[in-house]
Amino acid sequence: MWDYSDTVKEHFYNPRNAGALADANAIGEVGSISCGDALRLMLKVDPANETILDASFQTFGCGSAIASSSALTEIIKGKTLEQALEVSNQDIADFLGGLPPEKMHCSVMGREALQAAVANYRGEEWKDDHEEGALICKCFAVDAVMIEETIRANNLCSVEQVTNYTKAGGGCSSCHEGIEEILAKVLAERGETFKAAPPPEKKAPGKMTTLERIRKIEQVIEKARPNLQRDHGDIELVDVDGKNIYVSMKGACAGCQMEAATLGGVQAQMIEALGELVKVIPVKATAKLAPNTLPA
Amino acid sequence: MSIPNLTPIYLDNNATTRCAPEAVTAMLPYFTEQFGNPSSMHSFGAKVGHATKGARASLQKLLGAEFDSEIIYTAGGTEADNTAILSALKANPERKEIITSTVEHHAVLHLCEQLEKEGYTIHKLKVDGKGRLDLDEYAKLLTDKVAVVSVMWANNETGTYFPVEKMAEMAKAAGILFHTDAVQAVGKIPLNLKDSAIDMLSLSGHKLHGPKGIGALYLRRGARFRPLLRGGGQERGRRAGTENVPGIIGLGVAAELALEHMEQENTYVRALRDKLQAGILAAVPNAFATGDVDNRLPNTLNIAFEYVEGEAILMLLNKQGIAASSGSACTSGSLEPSHVMRAMGIPYTAAHGTIRFSLSRENTEAEIDRVIAAVPPIIAQLRKLSPYWGENGPVTDPEKAFAPTYA
Repeated sequence: MWDYSDTVKEHFYNPRNAGALADANAIGEVGSISCGDALRLMLKVDPANETILDASFQTFGCGSAIASSSALTEIIKGKTLEQALEVSNQDIADFLGGLPPEKMHCSVMGREALQAAVANYRGEEWKDDHEEGALICKCFAVDAVMIEETIRANNLCSVEQVTNYTKAGGGCSSCHEGIEEILAKVLAERGETFKAAPPPEKKAPGKMTTLERIRKIEQVIEKARPNLQRDHGDIELVDVDGKNIYVSMKGACAGCQMEAATLGGVQAQMIEALGELVKVIPVKATAKLAPNTLPA
Repeated sequence: MSIPNLTPIYLDNNATTRCAPEAVTAMLPYFTEQFGNPSSMHSFGAKVGHATKGARASLQKLLGAEFDSEIIYTAGGTEADNTAILSALKANPERKEIITSTVEHHAVLHLCEQLEKEGYTIHKLKVDGKGRLDLDEYAKLLTDKVAVVSVMWANNETGTYFPVEKMAEMAKAAGILFHTDAVQAVGKIPLNLKDSAIDMLSLSGHKLHGPKGIGALYLRRGARFRPLLRGGGQERGRRAGTENVPGIIGLGVAAELALEHMEQENTYVRALRDKLQAGILAAVPNAFATGDVDNRLPNTLNIAFEYVEGEAILMLLNKQGIAASSGSACTSGSLEPSHVMRAMGIPYTAAHGTIRFSLSRENTEAEIDRVIAAVPPIIAQLRKLSPYWGENGPVTDPEKAFAPTYA
């Protein structure tokens, strides 16, 4: 069972504005029964000011498709057509308290039905440019068609590039195999062979420039500060001398019984970030330690 | 979101069954006082080793296997399926072809898809509208290039049986190893492996009221075999890794109980299933049972409801405390409905709205009555929302070329 928000469930169990709208003057139909989702959106638009007086829907689809349709009708009622066209699929999802990534296409269907209905009202022809393919990246809801097209359009050749262009693969990485398969297929079309990129080389300790090293240290300090500030304390970087990093504990953190633990945590993060053994020293405790004195 | 004062009704036993209390009770000491490693050379291990031997005998009896050494414990059905197929390929490296069917479980299909990428040829036997195989087509594929045939005993969605005993005979005559994924069949129908030509059979504990995380591969004595997992000498060197002792004990008890309840499965459970089918189909228009309804597991009923979507049905059933499952696309996150429904040629108008009710000996007639009463209004409610359904039935639609006959 999907982990639906209470709002999704509420709109599924008690859909608003369901059924045919007898005096509709704008109808948008998207999806198909073969895809498993179909939506007919019906609007009653006031010709005087193009305001949506009423909206209703008929949906063939899953719980989130029905809930998205219900939400859409609630969102757009009272809006002008121009205002309604500003409604994004993310707005529909947000209205419902979020949708599982695999179900975001339901909100897209709502957005498309709206565009189709407005086009119908204006006597225009609306063309569905949304192609659905197998969902590859569940973290960011990116399907195979989008990945394929992006690879072709931009001559991409690595998973990293695909992630940069589409976000696919930037989350849990479980879809990397799927992305590599698509890359292999598209690269084969242009006579190339896909080769997995070698793992990024880990910079050996000590290879960092002094500036890079200082920046890393500052980043760790900045990351620690909000937590300490919440407890009315703070930490500031004072100096860096080789393996020794001198900090000043402020406010409630100065002299706190947990100061050693706090410093220990910051030190652990420093070691991880820098890839070398360092010691974080509060300046009030000691002016300076002897060079190369490392924690036990 | 179930209604609190309604007792839940569980009709999803092909997904998993409740572990029998007898199995749980038997397992408990093997987490605490009987914690020894059966491979250890001391009394702690010896006691446990003796108990696992008893469990193996129970499973041997359920399968009708000739020797208890023909059973290799695994972590479940998937591992057993993978072991069987990969072993057959390694044991017969000169053979690069596999025969399977289009409606197998993903544990077999996805492995075969991967093997295809690695250069193997996969022959997927097609099924007809009732999920049945064409044995003439099968016979033509049995050549000396084939390393293994792997077809399921009973389909997990429709319950339809394949004639695996006959198919195993045909494979044997052609000198090909035969494996069957019998995860759904074991415990529901009598088996007699010693008198069959089946070389390998997969089963899973949690499908027959045993615990999860334990399964087994039956391997006929003398059949060529290569282990999947290598390491220690457990399972006679055929599956390395310290044994899941509590799981093995629980599976042994579940096997005993399955044998004891076999007749009930084929009388009581079958009657409940038939009542459910008749009750729903009498009350819901444009619905039909899928698969080979005269030749299927006694507990399984898969109904296709036209013009509604499966997940929506499940959610409304769940609200009434009724648990079933669906082969609809939306339950899996894909856009295609169940591969089994597609393989049978069930049109999209119906394939998206399939619901599987899978019963067990724990279900009651009162529960079935409640489900029969609950389903028709749910379908009517969803059809009221559907753009494909009008006041008096399905609307005229270009996609509605399909005209099923409703038995």
